[in-house]
Amino acid sequence: MNTTRDQLIGTWTLLKKELLRFWRVAFQTVAAPVISGILYLLIFSQVLGDRLEVYEGINYLVFLIPGLIMMSLLQNSFSNSSSSLIQAKIMGNIVFLLLTPLSYLQLFFAFLIAAIVRGIFVGICIYLIAIFYVDLPVKYPWFVFIFAFCGGGLMGAFGMIAGIWAHRFDQMAAFGNFVIMPLSMLSGVFYSIHSLPEIWQTISHFNPFFYMIDGFRYGFFGQSDTSPYLSLLIVSSFFIILSFITIRMLKSGYKLRN
Amino acid sequence: MKKAIVFNNVKKTFNQLKAVDGVSLSIEEGEFFALLGPNGAGKSTLINMMAGLVRPSNGSVSVMGFDVNKEYQKARHSVGIVPQELVFDPFFNVREMLRFQAGYFGKDKSNDKWVDEVIERLDLTEKSSTNMRKLSGGMKRRALIAQALVHRPPVIVLDEPTAGVDVELRQKLWNFINDLNKEGHTIVLTTHYLEEAETLCNRIGMMRSGKIVALDSTKNLLKQFASKNLKVRLHKNNFKKISKIIGMPNFEQNNDWYIFKLKKVSDASKIIEKLNQSKIQILDMELIESDLEDIFLKLTGKN
Repeated sequence: MNTTRDQLIGTWTLLKKELLRFWRVAFQTVAAPVISGILYLLIFSQVLGDRLEVYEGINYLVFLIPGLIMMSLLQNSFSNSSSSLIQAKIMGNIVFLLLTPLSYLQLFFAFLIAAIVRGIFVGICIYLIAIFYVDLPVKYPWFVFIFAFCGGGLMGAFGMIAGIWAHRFDQMAAFGNFVIMPLSMLSGVFYSIHSLPEIWQTISHFNPFFYMIDGFRYGFFGQSDTSPYLSLLIVSSFFIILSFITIRMLKSGYKLRN
Repeated sequence: MKKAIVFNNVKKTFNQLKAVDGVSLSIEEGEFFALLGPNGAGKSTLINMMAGLVRPSNGSVSVMGFDVNKEYQKARHSVGIVPQELVFDPFFNVREMLRFQAGYFGKDKSNDKWVDEVIERLDLTEKSSTNMRKLSGGMKRRALIAQALVHRPPVIVLDEPTAGVDVELRQKLWNFINDLNKEGHTIVLTTHYLEEAETLCNRIGMMRSGKIVALDSTKNLLKQFASKNLKVRLHKNNFKKISKIIGMPNFEQNNDWYIFKLKKVSDASKIIEKLNQSKIQILDMELIESDLEDIFLKLTGKN
């Protein structure tokens, strides 16, 4: 009863369900963010494409693509875990999970991996469309992968915290509108922070999204606003801290079990 | 016989409210047990503690010998709970939902045959590929019962399974639950339909304000609290006269009807004899036996 095999099947079942959940509504969960990313790309490249060169020898459109991929990846990883939990809580079907022998770690890993998969899948879709139009080199693929994984994981864990904490859809929307959106827009997706006044450069260094995007971009060009190792340290530290908080919340049953 | 469920001096307080106040109760393996009580009596809190959804403020709960908090994985393998609310996952159809639920308990594809059997026994075959959103209330209720059974638990807890269900389906569900009990499953039922508890269950616990106020076999409970009343229809204006003739303080008048509470059945013939001797015409009469509903109202203080 509840052997390691049972636990593996349990975790895999929840992961499969979470993946199928977003795939069933792929028009909303994949197509919509891909189209948004492509629109950003078209508009910014048309308006600023020939006027700006952020890194030497790199066209603005090429500079923009990794940032947009990472921004979409982060937003979608957050959306996956947060929307799944808040919907299950409000619909009441969270009870089906809480009645099972799934441990807090099984719940954590299934939700986390599903969030990373959705984020990376959306990112790959944008990448595949973008390389139709421009030549996009990938200088350090491992950096690209590790930042995609850690960034997706960090936001997946953050999404779980939001999903567990919120008990109304408007509270969840507040997370998206007042935390995720401003932090991702002000993270250097569309610009290098060196083009900002000094005070804003300093403020940008307190934004974890900046390190996720800057490190990810380094994997493509081998150039970045700050050291990729510092970015990796900060991103992985945030990932560990948020994972720890999520695991604590799941273990204590915070807002899930009375 | 092994204990299937044990509540040991369980208490649960929500802020100042004592939802469950020192309940100690054991349910034997193979029993068909009903938990009755008015709304807010603490029945669902007790069930939620068994499910691990609510943690007791004091005391312990075990299922098949496993503590629901310390050995929660083994305890949850042993119990299938049908929640009161019609909750469902709107992304999946019935069969998918049941297979996922079985998977959470570590059941692989070899369990699919059992899932199909449960679907068939609950008359869900035609709807097995239908999205949960599109099912009627009765069908959703059946799917919820199926969900509690997919991992073959020895203990099944049904929190008001027939609430809002039509008479035909209710009868079908009763038969199905009865069959499960005959197959050896321990069944715990909460219900508002006292007829349901009286017909199906061999033991009943009644709750009021978080406490168990009665706990016995259905037969003993009916015997212990049973009372017989003689109901006779006379002319209204005879109340004072009748009071004198019968010499019994314990009777009520409701229009033409007089209800005499009998200590023993032979009291009925004495009353009739006295009425005849006084030449009071009896227009109609009946002997009423109290049922579970009367006992429930008496014990839970609901009128």
